[in-house]
Amino acid sequence: MIQNLIDGVLTGSYISLGAIGLTLVMHILRFANFSHAELLSLGAYVALVCDALVAALVPVFAVKLAPLSLTWALVLAILMSMVITGLSALLIDRLVFKRVREKGLELSMIFASFGMALIIRNVIGLFFGLSPQLYSRDIAFAMVLSRDPLLLVKPDQIFVLVAALLLMLMLHLLLSRTTFGYSLRAVAENPSLAQVNGVNLHRTIMAVWLIGGALAAVAGVFYGLSHQLIPVMGRDLLLPIFAATIVGGIGSVYGAVLGGFIVGIAGNMALVVLPSGYTPSVPFLLIIVVLMIRPHGLFGEARA
Amino acid sequence: MPETVLEAHGVTAGYVPGLPILHDVSMGAQAGQITLIIGPNGAGKSTLIKAIAGLVPVGSGKITFESQDITGLATDQMSTRGISYVPQTDNIFRSLTIRQNLDLALRRAKSDAPARLAQLLEQFPALAAKQRDRAATLSGGQRQFLAIAMALATAPRLILMDEPSAGLSPKATQDVLEHARSLTEQGVAILLVEQNVNQALHLADHCFILAEGRNQIDGPAKDLLNDKVVGEIYLGGRRVQTT
Amino acid sequence: MIGVMSYLVFFATTASILAIAVLGLNLQWGNTGLFNGGVVAFFGAGAYGTLILGGTSQEGHLGGFGVIYPLALLGGMAAAGLMAWIVGLLTLRLRHDYLAIATFGVAVAFENLMRNAEWLAGGAKGVRGFERPLRAALGDGFLYNILFFLVVLAILIATYLFLERLVASPFGRLLRAIREDEEAAQSLGKSPAKVRLTAFVTGSVILGLAGGLYGTFYAFVSPQDVLPTLTFQIWAMLIVGGAGNNRGAIFGAFLIWGAWTASGWALSRFAPIEAQLYTGSVQFVLIGSVIVGMLMWRPEGLLPERLVVSQRGSTPSNKQGE
Repeated sequence: MIQNLIDGVLTGSYISLGAIGLTLVMHILRFANFSHAELLSLGAYVALVCDALVAALVPVFAVKLAPLSLTWALVLAILMSMVITGLSALLIDRLVFKRVREKGLELSMIFASFGMALIIRNVIGLFFGLSPQLYSRDIAFAMVLSRDPLLLVKPDQIFVLVAALLLMLMLHLLLSRTTFGYSLRAVAENPSLAQVNGVNLHRTIMAVWLIGGALAAVAGVFYGLSHQLIPVMGRDLLLPIFAATIVGGIGSVYGAVLGGFIVGIAGNMALVVLPSGYTPSVPFLLIIVVLMIRPHGLFGEARA
Repeated sequence: MPETVLEAHGVTAGYVPGLPILHDVSMGAQAGQITLIIGPNGAGKSTLIKAIAGLVPVGSGKITFESQDITGLATDQMSTRGISYVPQTDNIFRSLTIRQNLDLALRRAKSDAPARLAQLLEQFPALAAKQRDRAATLSGGQRQFLAIAMALATAPRLILMDEPSAGLSPKATQDVLEHARSLTEQGVAILLVEQNVNQALHLADHCFILAEGRNQIDGPAKDLLNDKVVGEIYLGGRRVQTT
Repeated sequence: MIGVMSYLVFFATTASILAIAVLGLNLQWGNTGLFNGGVVAFFGAGAYGTLILGGTSQEGHLGGFGVIYPLALLGGMAAAGLMAWIVGLLTLRLRHDYLAIATFGVAVAFENLMRNAEWLAGGAKGVRGFERPLRAALGDGFLYNILFFLVVLAILIATYLFLERLVASPFGRLLRAIREDEEAAQSLGKSPAKVRLTAFVTGSVILGLAGGLYGTFYAFVSPQDVLPTLTFQIWAMLIVGGAGNNRGAIFGAFLIWGAWTASGWALSRFAPIEAQLYTGSVQFVLIGSVIVGMLMWRPEGLLPERLVVSQRGSTPSNKQGE
């Protein structure tokens, strides 16, 4: 039971990171982006390639940072992947979403995102093969937190949690302490008023894609560190991150963080009462419960 | 003779292409004066102000500010040209604090920002006291003052105000309108849309009347206040008491 | 010759069933602007519902009610409608993305439940023990298949005629009015949420009908039949055919099903053996590209909706003026 809670918090850390970008895009561009989870896969696979590249070019970096299975090479690869995935998100917007948006087909954006999800997911599959991959073949030994009850945590998971919390703190400072952050929140709340106050909508949207893509990349790598890389990971992560945005309230960054942890914990706690096969349905049940008792989520506001 | 800063010539504009709300509207606004636009509901008053602010596409016609063509200029560029716009409703960011709202508006002021912030807070003591509160907690009148403070942050030479009195008590309305009056003393031009025709006419210098998206009458506010026709349409048929 | 004929009948039957589903989706998306991200769940509810109600008694899972076929099919449709009603009730008053996410969630949960709940529908093994109606009299041969095709075709035509009437009726005009300008429709004293719910449930019942026929055709349904793939296929059919146009929906169904079948055949025949594993991936990239490409270059579809005035592109935020 306590083990489930711990696992849930760890799962929540990458779901939250994924949900932050999604909630921003959904709020500012006003469409449910079904391809957001593919940015997590993309980021995870880009990091895999960068990791191999860095390790080959600078073998010193390929040494494990014991007790983690993590290497400096992978840390660098994560940073590279954040940039590349952020730019990819921007590129996808330029090539597809922006064009559909400018045709005035706001409602069709959702279709375009589904189409993009199919394309990205399967291109990754064609490129990297359908079998699972790992960042490190070394088995990371779990640490025993307590023997009775038996509680196990892998060092990598602690790293994931701490790094995720640090990123969220940085984002919090950005949003609450800088005028750039205010302008993001302003556009999310009222785009035309933001423009009246001199905020360039176009550049703000670009920033949202960059931030969302970068956070998605980290989330994807953290998922890969906790589990394994498979091309369809985006498909499996999509409903949990959507659920996190709805639980937290669409548009609320803090809601997405809290929602991510709630979804992660609920999924793992459900194992206490339900057979593990039903885990994929848990986010849906959460969505239904939230829609019944608090449709706009924990921090969301009603909006047309 | 006050300088005419804003001019609109034969403006046709509307939200949907081919369905204009404004037809061939012309008007002007002078530095240091309040120019009032009145008209019945659906006359196109808000549309006119939004067309000037770049929020409604202009089909034909020309809008100039300080002799420069600003027709179709992007809304976010207006503040750099010296134009501010105070929308009728939803004119502040409710989820930001009062200070954050002001900082956002002051963003382009860069090194001048601290001095200008101090100046605004001095000008609006009610806001200074609640800087750290979320803007959603402000009363109606205070919100309107915050919106005006935000508009002033860029040191504009023209302020477009869309019904600043909407939803305010008569006392708050009076405060807001008097504040608008005081702004003109520094040479700012104000273009004001108001439903409180009587109160606004007393304050304004010049007035344009629109109906069905077209120019009707225009003239000095004092003259229109005493005009029989205007009185019958807008002031409930009674002669207005000049205070 | 009989081989080609029987393949053509098989193809036409599947395409016609899918066309019925596309018509159901068209009522939701094309006419009302409701995004259904879980088409397959409503289709699946129809298939599972029909087979469980109409099947013979089975050990290990629910079923064996042996209800006469037409009632079993109606039961499947009702199951789809009930699911749509619950989801719609919870989401249709909210922003449109809530419906999209909730319906997507329904599809994930539905497939997950069918795969795991052996007591309910046989789990991964699927629902067995369903006998196709009139099989005893007609046998399993070509005759049965051609008669079944004719029945499906008749149902397709009936559905088409029903929807054409619906769209031309005052209710149909109301749907479009709400799609184009919700506030204006609301000001006419109509409750958009209620109207949308009606359209959403009706569309889902039609999806359930298609699913029921599909289950009947194969006399079997398993979680493999309710994978998200089907949702994408049905959407592609609608978008290619032309959202809002019922004839376009039917045309798109035949076209895309033809292209899907042909591309699968070509890939299995001409692609090298070691690449066969990736046939599915290639097909998904193709269908994704078809959806995205159509939206970018011909969003109105091959057969566009025949409408005079459309005010799309006006967002609610700029409607506040006078």
